[in-house]
Order: sequence, then structure tokens, then C-alpha cells
Amino acid sequence: MTLSLTKVAKTFPCGTRALLPTDLEIESGEIVSLLGPSGCGKTTLLRIIAGLETADPGATIKFDGEDVTSLSVEKRKIGMVFQSYALFPNMLVRGNVGYGLKMQKLSKPEIDTRVEEVLQLCQLERFAGRPITTLSGGQRQRVALARAFAPRPRVLLLDEPLSALDTSLRNHLRDELATLLRQFDITVIFVTHDQDEAMAIADRVAVMSEGQVAQIGTPEVLYRNPKTPFVARFVGDAMPLGGHIAADQLHIDGGTLALARHADGEEAYVRAEDVLIDPNGPLSAKVETVTFLGTHYRIALSGATDTTLFSLHSGLSAPGIGETVHLSVEPDAIITLPQDKAT
Amino acid sequence: MLNSPGKLIQLGVTLLACAFLLVPTLQSVLAGVTANYFRGVTSGLTLKWVVQVWELYAGSIFLSIWLALACLACTLVIGVPAAYALARNPGRASRMLEEFISLPLAVPGLALALALLQLYGTMHGFRTHWSFILVGHVLYTLPFMVRSVLSVLSSIDLKTLEEGAATLGASPARRFIDIVVPNALPGILAGALTVVTLSIGEFNLTWMLHTPYLKTLPVGLADSYASMRLEVASAYTLVFFVMIVPLLMAMQWASARASRIMQ
Repeated sequence: MTLSLTKVAKTFPCGTRALLPTDLEIESGEIVSLLGPSGCGKTTLLRIIAGLETADPGATIKFDGEDVTSLSVEKRKIGMVFQSYALFPNMLVRGNVGYGLKMQKLSKPEIDTRVEEVLQLCQLERFAGRPITTLSGGQRQRVALARAFAPRPRVLLLDEPLSALDTSLRNHLRDELATLLRQFDITVIFVTHDQDEAMAIADRVAVMSEGQVAQIGTPEVLYRNPKTPFVARFVGDAMPLGGHIAADQLHIDGGTLALARHADGEEAYVRAEDVLIDPNGPLSAKVETVTFLGTHYRIALSGATDTTLFSLHSGLSAPGIGETVHLSVEPDAIITLPQDKAT
Repeated sequence: MLNSPGKLIQLGVTLLACAFLLVPTLQSVLAGVTANYFRGVTSGLTLKWVVQVWELYAGSIFLSIWLALACLACTLVIGVPAAYALARNPGRASRMLEEFISLPLAVPGLALALALLQLYGTMHGFRTHWSFILVGHVLYTLPFMVRSVLSVLSSIDLKTLEEGAATLGASPARRFIDIVVPNALPGILAGALTVVTLSIGEFNLTWMLHTPYLKTLPVGLADSYASMRLEVASAYTLVFFVMIVPLLMAMQWASARASRIMQ
């Protein structure tokens, strides 16, 4: 199903503008993530699409060209996975998964067939007769997903589906969720504040900030070609280099770096993995701390920029604390962006 | 365990307190099955007083059961949706409304009855009908039902559960039946038992509202104390016990179960 949003905005009764007028087009079968820090309006947008919140007058929401703006949530035929999963404690796993089908007034055999099918797809057959309270977090998440998917919704909406889980479990379940969603072959919108999650699961990511979509694109484009300083910082933790740019040269405290293009008046950003320790590098900096992270070292450096600069170093050994090292950054790795209007 | 004097004193005090509470009860029960109380148990045990109580007051027993069930039906129909509305709209207005519902608990039953008599006493058909007493009982027991259901409902994330059901296509009425009621069931059960127990045992209000043809179990008890021989009154107490104790125990069990689920 294609989804099209036009001028969707939300002002709460207290006057807070949670969402500024937003347009969004989502293709059939596409998995789109709404990514942003808490309070950026991503959950509000998801709830408006679901029909759990009403958008301000003037908005249009279309499912496959059909205007659903004034349709109530129970008639929109959407599937939703809540952050807390909202599983019904008074029903078994089977009852939860079959509830949406029961609401569609399907016959008992039809419901049973579909429930079995979805349980199998989500690898939940073993738990069909179990009460919700006996399930682990990961199992609950799968039940929530199965319940939302069973009635063949037009679009599947997920609100922070992994945030209620332990960190160790989260990475594993993230990949599992990505695989399942591909198997479902359905339009999916999911909200997250975790960029790794968004990148791992989504075809396209919409980065949101202060009630607006700052940029929408594939994970690669957002990472390599951020359009605003906010996107650069939020996706991949780009660090501002400070200093000032003259023609295609960046002058900072630790030295001068070459840029790929003329960028007068813009600001430069770099990611930690692009800051290389290089004996012949043009920058010099002092090592403040060294953290061993298994696959690499994370080194905090001072003196090169006004703030602390981090470098991800994957050598066998790291420089000692207090040493002065030389750094280089490839011109292509430096992101130059017009200054943020907000700051 | 009992080697220290402190422990012995504790045990002694506990046993004394138990005896203080139990001895009069046992004496009263015994009086109800003693052939002649003034001659003591030596006069023999008999069930004739119990039979006599049944002959004299069966109507009161049935009226009380009937009133309790009717009262339960009313408090369920009014109380459960009221608790639901309060749980779904937390805020100052809801808090005030909750206090307002609980007001009949703070006002003595006699005063409540007087107010009812002043208001409806002139409507003769109503005044002499059992539903007049029912109104009093509902007023008095409703807060217990509302509180009991409300405390269970407040402990679950009702809003999200309902939203979950809504996204699956459930209308508001279906959500109430499929989600709200089953999840509130422990609270409803605890509330229901409280309401039935209170309604059967209610005296203050009922005594003011009753007519000679409408005597409930406790009013009959007072009547038997005033006008029957001691053995009959004691046998009546026995009958009352037999009816109320199982209810009390069930109520304890249901409340414990409800609070366990809330954790």
C-alpha cells in the first residue's frame, strides 16, 4: 500500500506544536523508519497515521489514494506494535494473535488457519497455548508483531519495538525483526531513536527534529550526504571541527586540512572513523583517553579542535595517554554544511 | 522457641485476646442450641430454636438475599462503568467525583435514611416497596464497588491496551467487553463480595427505612432480641453467622487475589 501524507500537523491542547506541517510519500512494500531524539514528533506522526491522534485541520492522509483522514482507528485496517506491546493479559498467545481476525468476523476455521500460519512465520507455535505473563521480552515482541500482522493490515506501524528489551537481546532481535518484516512483504513505518536500528531495518529513514522531517533518504545517503548539521550529528555522530573555512582549506587549532570543494562560510564535520592516526598527517593533537572496544580503540584527542575530537583506531596497539600524535582526514571524509539556522 | 519469657508473654496476650473475642461468640452460638439457657447445657442440645427462627423469620432471610442480589446488580451496572470512566480520565475532577461517590460512607446511615425519608417518604407506593431499602443499600455499597474496580483498573495500562484493541478493529463497546471487564474481573469479584456482605449485614439505614412487612435479616435480629426469648435470639444469631461467615471468607480471598494481581 502506498501512503501519502499532506500537511499533517499536530498542535496539542496546551499549545505545544508537536508536529509541524509534514508531507511524506511512502511506496508500497517500503520499510520506512522515523528516526529522531525523544520529543521530535516521530511518535505523534505515527499515531496520526494509525488514527490514534487527530491531525490539525487541513491534513490529508491517503492509503492507496483513499482518503482515511476522518476514518477512526478501528476502521483504518492498520496493524500496530506498541512500545509496551499492549498484549492482552486476559488472553493466551493464540487469543491475542486471533483477536484482530475475530473483529473482522471471520469464521472459526478461517481464524484458526490464519493464526497457525502467522504463529509459524513468527516461530511462536510452541507458545500458542501460553499466557502472556509467562513469555520473555523477545517472545512478547514477536507475539505483538504476529498480532498486528495477522489481520492482513494495509500498513504495519511499529513504535520503538525494541526499546523495552535488554541491550544484549536488542541487537539479535533487530536482525530477526528486519528479516521478519521483509518476509511480511508489507508497507512498514517504524519509529525509533536508535540510528543503528533504523539503518539495519529500513529502506529509507526520515530523520526528524523539532516536529519536522529534517531529511529523508536511504541510510547510505543520510550517512554520507547529510543535508543539515543535525542529521550529520544524529546519524553517525559527526563531530563539528570548528575553525574557519577559506576556499578549500579548513583552518583549525591543530593545523590545516584540505577540503574536497570550496565551502566558504560553511561548517565542517567529521566522523570518528575518518580521523586517522597518521605519522605524516597535517594535524597534531594530544591523546587524552584511550578506550579499548574489542574491534578498535576509541581515542579522545585534544588540541586539534576547540572540543574533544574522537578517533576510532583499529591498529594492534594504541598510542599512550599524553602522547602527541599526528592525524589526517581524507578531503572526501569532511562533511561541509551551511550553518544551522537554529544555532 | 517458647523458652524466653518475652515470647511467653506474647503468646499469653494473644490467647487472651482470642478468648476475649471468641468466648462471647461461642456462648451465643451455644445458647441458640441449648434447650433451656438458664439451666445451661445440661438441659440438652436442640435445634428447635433454629427451626422456630426459620418459621418466624424465613421471609427476612429471603428478603435480605433478594436485596443483596438486587443491590449487587445495581452496583455492577452503575459501579463498573463509573470506575472505568474514572480510570480513563484521571484528573482533579475525577478525584472529586470519587470523593463524592464515597460521601455516603462518611455520613451515618441514620442520617442518610432520614434524608431519603424526607425526600421520598410521601411517595407511598415507593416508601413501602422493597426498592426503597434497595436505594439506601446501593447508596451505601456503591463506593466499595467503585473503589475496588478502580484500584485494579488503575494498576493496568488500560489506555494502551484499549488502543491495541482499537488498532485491531475493536469498537469502543467491544473493547469494554473484551478488554476492560476481563482485566477488571478480580476487582469486580472482590467488590461484588463486599457489596453482598455489606448489604446482608446493613442495619442502621435499613432499620430507619424498613416497614413491618419489610424486615431484613439484621432488622429481624434486632426484633428477635427485643421480643423473643433469649434462645430464639441466639439461634437467630447462629443463622446470621452461617450466612455471613462464608461470605466474609470469600471476600477476604477475593480481595487478596485482586491485590496479588495488581502487583
